[in-house]
Amino acid sequence: MSDLEAFRRDTRAWLDANCPQEMRAPLKNEEDRCWGGRKWKFESPAQKLWLERMVAKGWTVPEWPKAYGGGGLSREEAKILRAEMRSLGCRSPLDSFGIWMLGPALLKYGSEEQKRHYLPQITRGEIRWCQGYSEPNAGSDLASLQTKAEDKGDHFLVNGQKIWTSYADHADWIFCLVRTDFAAKKHEGISFILFDMESPGVTTKPITLISGKSPFCETFFDNVKVPKSQLVGTLNKGWDIAKYLLTHERDMIGGMGDSGVSRPLGQIAANALGTTPSGELADPMLRADIAEFEIDEAAFRFTMERAGDMMKAGQGNPAFSSVLKYYGTELNKRRHELLMSAGGMEALEWESERSQQGARARNWLRTKANSIEGGTSEVQLNIVSKRILNLPDA
Amino acid sequence: MALILTEEQSMLRESVRGFLADNGPVSHLRQLRDARDATGFSRDLWSRFAEMGLTGLLVPESFGGSGLGNVEAGVVMEEIGRNLTPSPFLATALLAASALIKGGSADQQSAHLPRIAAGKLLAALAVDEGPKHRPYAIELSAKRQGNGFVLDGAKGMVIDGHTADLLIVAARTSGSPGEKSGITLFLVDPKAKGIEIERTIMVDAHNAARMTFNSVTVDADAVLGDLDDGGDLLDDILNVGRAAVASELVGIGEEAFGRTVAYLKERKQFGKIIGGFQALQHRAAHLYGELEVTRSAVLKALQVLDADPAKAGPFVAIAKARAGKSSTLAVQEAVQMHGGMGMTDAFDIGLFMKRARVGQELFGDTNFHAAQLAALKKY
Repeated sequence: MSDLEAFRRDTRAWLDANCPQEMRAPLKNEEDRCWGGRKWKFESPAQKLWLERMVAKGWTVPEWPKAYGGGGLSREEAKILRAEMRSLGCRSPLDSFGIWMLGPALLKYGSEEQKRHYLPQITRGEIRWCQGYSEPNAGSDLASLQTKAEDKGDHFLVNGQKIWTSYADHADWIFCLVRTDFAAKKHEGISFILFDMESPGVTTKPITLISGKSPFCETFFDNVKVPKSQLVGTLNKGWDIAKYLLTHERDMIGGMGDSGVSRPLGQIAANALGTTPSGELADPMLRADIAEFEIDEAAFRFTMERAGDMMKAGQGNPAFSSVLKYYGTELNKRRHELLMSAGGMEALEWESERSQQGARARNWLRTKANSIEGGTSEVQLNIVSKRILNLPDA
Repeated sequence: MALILTEEQSMLRESVRGFLADNGPVSHLRQLRDARDATGFSRDLWSRFAEMGLTGLLVPESFGGSGLGNVEAGVVMEEIGRNLTPSPFLATALLAASALIKGGSADQQSAHLPRIAAGKLLAALAVDEGPKHRPYAIELSAKRQGNGFVLDGAKGMVIDGHTADLLIVAARTSGSPGEKSGITLFLVDPKAKGIEIERTIMVDAHNAARMTFNSVTVDADAVLGDLDDGGDLLDDILNVGRAAVASELVGIGEEAFGRTVAYLKERKQFGKIIGGFQALQHRAAHLYGELEVTRSAVLKALQVLDADPAKAGPFVAIAKARAGKSSTLAVQEAVQMHGGMGMTDAFDIGLFMKRARVGQELFGDTNFHAAQLAALKKY
């Protein structure tokens, strides 16, 4: 038996013995995710236990170095872990912007002291992070951001406003883009800083979306003092970190197109609408649409796998994350359109226990932001045109 | 297994890429077409394929072949797609060779595989009878007579049918058209009495033929695989062909796309390079993504065919469905973005559109494979 086969066997046995049954049911809605943080209240003892067990293995971040709380797994081992979790239906023990976005940026740009301080907290789900990027007048044109951080000797003084700060009202800390040089060209005066959301001068206000939910906030900074030790990387070179982190954000949002452990769409539709005597979904046009979707969904999953393998082999193009972001988010929107179609009039309820407070309709509306947040689909296509196809500027 | 080519596979790609660019470029197809060449491909080029070990790519080394797998076959097919090179590679080296490897008796294998590997035997697979790929809708009958069988019926779209030295014919020995059971494969000599072969000139200037079988007698040892139970073998052979054609479509789509992006960078209108217009940039970028996603699906299917062919069904369906769809988009966008030039026969891009249309149809189009996947997933 090869080492990898032994690893697969041991991993499967460990997961089977340690993943509580409640953590093997598909996510009913976004609220079932475990985000961690200082204010986190576990929805069940099983959720807490599952997180603790996975933290102990370092498997909330299987590929990070052990020194920072990761699992130290190779890419092949991590693939096996994900495949085995998928086949047993195990939920992700911890969802976190710290894992998906900040962590990779700290691993690349952070000082050793910063890595040792922040990364283990991220892996254990102790600090919940939010992202201070977009501003009311800096959306697709992110680099035109105006939030300023003035040098006050031992600290920066931060003033300005961010918008679309996901879950800022639940977050403990923020990673934030600020302008530290107003004289420089727009991409060259930006810095990347971290600070506690409980710092005096920080206020945050949820924005109600068309889904009726408030995953995003407006966040205001009024003379917020940030110690200089919380600057990541070089002063005025934050745009490089911002771009690097955005590629990870794109992978994360794009990854939502890979539905993971949720039930196959065809089965959901067949249960809801019935089948013909020969076993075909009773709505033939919807059947065709779902089949086409499932083909694209599978092909996209293989593409994420291939993109990872190419990066690992040094054959990747960083701009490829824009392909994944574009494709994955458009796919997720399609998935939810089909879910609405499969649910028909039953899917239109907005309140009631029966509909889990209109979960399907609200989730459908939420996905419409997928192709806007983290850079719109149009911005991704611009990036592919310029950085992969080398087409000229207009 | 990593979802990228290994070093050896990348080397094979480089050598085949150079070989076909030099010896089988698009102009080669154009010459054969314009000369109304009776063979439809170059026998000289096929002996070069043999020298490179490509004719016996799938054939085990014990029969004089290279003993490689579907990923390598896909690498070659992709380069064939880039160059639109007509050759017996699909019909003989992949379909017929895999039929004999998977279903052949020891005698059948030793009679034919070494000659295929040497480039000395050309073969063709005769399956479809109607306008769409329906592999179980076989009506061509094979009835027992004495020690052998009598074949009656007709076939269409037999790739390389008019040049084949050996036919592999899917016939019905029991059951009704549409049923998977009751299908038997036969090895048939195309010169046998009662066989009429009509070479059909197709839109893509590649080889295909219609055939009629009038009381064609074959011996009992002409059966390839199991009597009445050839359905699984047929599926296995077709899956090799489907993944191969999907690979060819990847090559066609990428070449058409590459030529189109190059054109966008040189063509000027309104005093500007047209590639600077966002309306075209976004379409090109979208198409790039579609082709990359398809490439992943096709490589996955090829890897699964090599690692665990019994599980390959859904992977092949996904790959062929994607390849048909995205190569169609690629050639349509290519002709549109080339403007009036794309409509001229003198310009190559139309040849890619023609071959992609055939590849879409061959061994099941996108709709066929989407329906297959839905059925496999029970909805």
